[in-house]
Amino acid sequence: MKAALERFWDHDLAYSFRRSPVTVLAALMTLVCVAGAVFAPWLAPHNPFDLSSLNLNDAFSPPAWTAGGAARYPLGTDDQGRDILSTIMYGARISLGVGLAAVALALVLGVSLGLLSGYMGGRLDAFIMRVADIQLSFPAILIALLIDGIARVALPNDAHDSIAVPVLVLAIGVSGWVQYARTVRGSTLVEKNKEYVQAARVVGRSPPAIMLAHVLPNVTGPVLVIGTIHVATAIITEATLSFLGVGVPPTQPSLGTLIRIGNDFLFSGEWWITVFPGVALILLVLSVNLLGDWLRDALNPKLR
Amino acid sequence: MSTAAPLLEVRNLRVEFPTRRRTLVAVDDVSFGIAPGEVLGVVGESGAGKSLTGMAIIGLLEPPGRIAAGEVRLEGRRIDNLPREELRRIRGRRIGAIFQDPLTSLNPLYTIGEQLVETVLTHLPVRAAEARERALSLLAEVGIPAPEQRIDHYPHQFSGGMRQRVVIALAIAAEPQLVVADEPTTALDVSIQAQIITLLKRLARDRGTAVMLITHDMGVIAETADRVAVMYAGRLAEIGPVRDIIHQPRHPYTVGLMHSIPRVGNQRDRLAQIEGSMPRLTAIPAGCAFNPRCPQRFARCTETRPELFAAGATRAACWLFSDGG
Amino acid sequence: MADNRVLLEVENAGRDFDVSRPWLNRVTEGEGRLVLRAVDGVSFSIRRGETLALVGESGCGKSTIARLIVGLYHPSRGRIRYDGLGVAGPEAHRLRGRMQMIFQDPYASLNPRWKVGSIIAEPIRAQGASASKAALHERVSELLVQVGLDPQDSDKFPHEFSGGQRQRISIARALSSNPEFLVCDEPTSALDVSVQAQILNLMLELQQRLGLTYLFISHNLAVVAHIADRVGVMYLGRLVELADVGTLFERPRHPYTRMLLDAIPDLLMSGKPRTPVAGEVPNPLAPPSGCAFNPRCPHANDRCRTECPEPRDDERGQVACFAVDEKRI
Repeated sequence: MKAALERFWDHDLAYSFRRSPVTVLAALMTLVCVAGAVFAPWLAPHNPFDLSSLNLNDAFSPPAWTAGGAARYPLGTDDQGRDILSTIMYGARISLGVGLAAVALALVLGVSLGLLSGYMGGRLDAFIMRVADIQLSFPAILIALLIDGIARVALPNDAHDSIAVPVLVLAIGVSGWVQYARTVRGSTLVEKNKEYVQAARVVGRSPPAIMLAHVLPNVTGPVLVIGTIHVATAIITEATLSFLGVGVPPTQPSLGTLIRIGNDFLFSGEWWITVFPGVALILLVLSVNLLGDWLRDALNPKLR
Repeated sequence: MSTAAPLLEVRNLRVEFPTRRRTLVAVDDVSFGIAPGEVLGVVGESGAGKSLTGMAIIGLLEPPGRIAAGEVRLEGRRIDNLPREELRRIRGRRIGAIFQDPLTSLNPLYTIGEQLVETVLTHLPVRAAEARERALSLLAEVGIPAPEQRIDHYPHQFSGGMRQRVVIALAIAAEPQLVVADEPTTALDVSIQAQIITLLKRLARDRGTAVMLITHDMGVIAETADRVAVMYAGRLAEIGPVRDIIHQPRHPYTVGLMHSIPRVGNQRDRLAQIEGSMPRLTAIPAGCAFNPRCPQRFARCTETRPELFAAGATRAACWLFSDGG
Repeated sequence: MADNRVLLEVENAGRDFDVSRPWLNRVTEGEGRLVLRAVDGVSFSIRRGETLALVGESGCGKSTIARLIVGLYHPSRGRIRYDGLGVAGPEAHRLRGRMQMIFQDPYASLNPRWKVGSIIAEPIRAQGASASKAALHERVSELLVQVGLDPQDSDKFPHEFSGGQRQRISIARALSSNPEFLVCDEPTSALDVSVQAQILNLMLELQQRLGLTYLFISHNLAVVAHIADRVGVMYLGRLVELADVGTLFERPRHPYTRMLLDAIPDLLMSGKPRTPVAGEVPNPLAPPSGCAFNPRCPHANDRCRTECPEPRDDERGQVACFAVDEKRI
């Protein structure tokens, strides 16, 4: 165990991580955000969704350090007296969850199609890539809106809220598979012609076995980088959709929903309701992006 | 050793690559000279430091690689510590370079005529019309048929062998005194190789250019070089006239190397082989770098690094010859 | 089959590659399809226990033949039979494991993410033989020792080895399914000379010990002279000459063979004069009419420029040249 830890510490990736203060800071920031989100039920000072604990008298309480603020609500409260800090923590939970799930979906879809496309070639390749081209000519948000819209029409009214999150994941995930597919296809085309793949063919391995056992492990590097950066993009997309009102329902608000709700009060002076969720979103996305950038550089032998 | 004063003199050259864990010594205490009109072959297996020696001489070491000690003199003047700008001038004007892959040495966006004329104009005090004349005669000299038509062609319109001829024309365009050729024939087919070798040899003879020919191919060396430097693990193992290195090598490594080359004529015999492989730069043994693979190793070889001793007609870095050969 | 010592029979084999630009480009730019004849009209056979070498310059189709034989490509024309079974037909699966291939680049031929032990065991696993883990491990250790490596090496990754050691791993993998025939595609051309000697010695040793048959592809005539029993010379997709190694090197017949032999650097520095070699290999997409070698051939006449010579068998082997047929040379 100790040896394994030492090896990990000594690894080039760990070394380049240690050498970059910005990355360490970004990682810490991400860790704080993720921990705050995951452990929200235990860490948050209040449960904003426990209606019995809400007190309308506490509504519109400003942040603790300003005049009229209360120490119980460090970042103030919203129109219903919910603690902003707590709503942010619970909101980040939804945002991160939707983001990660969407990325996982896009990744699985994109990597599989990219592998198939690159390895099998021919008509299948042409078909998959043309679909990708067509999808790329629409903005991702439009695709997500479209999928969301179709789901809303197709599903019964009363089911909306309960399936809102899965639909959102599906919408964001499907709108994002193309770049995985393209990258994996490119790497697969390179790997496919390497002699180790030919060796496996001579030996008689089947195409699926070669794709999974030989090609896949060698094309994951760039996928990891795209995945990381995509988490940030997915969170933004989710926030945008929620801000537009087609995302998660207000009963279980994400960061985007919080910003939208707060937006109504921005001009009446209650700036904290929208600004703090906004800042949280920016910090989260920025940190994840910085991590992704570092990973891209660290995995690129040319920049090392 | 030739009697003429060396044009290029390399003394105790040391090239280092600082890495995270340790500093790797890729070229270690290498000294040699090349006289005008002489072809010095530098041979060695991959990782022996032969290309890095060439790069250090022409000042194109890629960072973090750096010359850590020693000096490089061209006509007696140090060139290893010159400012970048001045070195760049020398590189085109007085030192020409030929690399392995002719495709990457030429700019695909310009015709070969434009590239030749530009090189001539940059380094020589001539007018544009004169420069074009010169470009034409250069192309003829390196054996490009119909230079008047070919001069306006782009690099991709040439075959591999012809491209390498163009690269050679570029390298000698400013009439340099020294040409460093790094594996100039490796990417070419056997029949083209012979043509390029002949060309290089003729240029050295006719123009009095000193040539440093870096290759792993003993056949090319035998055909082209006047003297040979054999490198092993960043060090000079043996240096001497080509005939002696090939027919009567002294250093056990050179002996093993010569015997391991298959030749037409002795069929299906076991080749003599040197056991093991060259050490990585991270694990160069103490004493003589060759000692773990050497059939004639004795105690001293594992303790102290040998300098070059006179060994017959050559000089070899081997303790067997420490008493004067 | 006439000779039951024949293991592999290549009959008039040919392979084309479609190198056309994409459909849309062809339509918009009015181009036709472009077909590269990588191999055409090649016939030869390999007897059990011998080494047949194919030599030629880059683009002559020698590697394509290797890939046709192991089934990586399907022949466009002709047939290839191994021990009486077609290598590209429905019987192909019955040949699995009986022939294996060794590749040129020891850095690309081993999957960098796999441990050496798994790499060597892959052909055994692929055959579906239900070997126990212990038996598999035993076999891998045995193979590693056989190619001069340590049994402990099976837990390492390829990047921990030098080029020569990787080529040994590649050989161990090829041997693991107990094949009788190895197709070796330039197995030493990426290696340094001293390491090349080790690998060539190992291959000769293994051939003697295991009774292997080799098809050895190389561009290096000295290596071929050293390892082969018979040598085929290829030029632009065709086999121009085939003969016993001694005959070929002492009394070459085809002008191209003579030119190749002349281009070998003279390591002994005998100072013998060399006829300079003229010209280069033409573009295989637009080969010259008639005999493909005619633009570089000192003996070419009008017939050579219009008609393509077919390979002709005689007591000295096979040659495809009008000048030889007409006893002009």
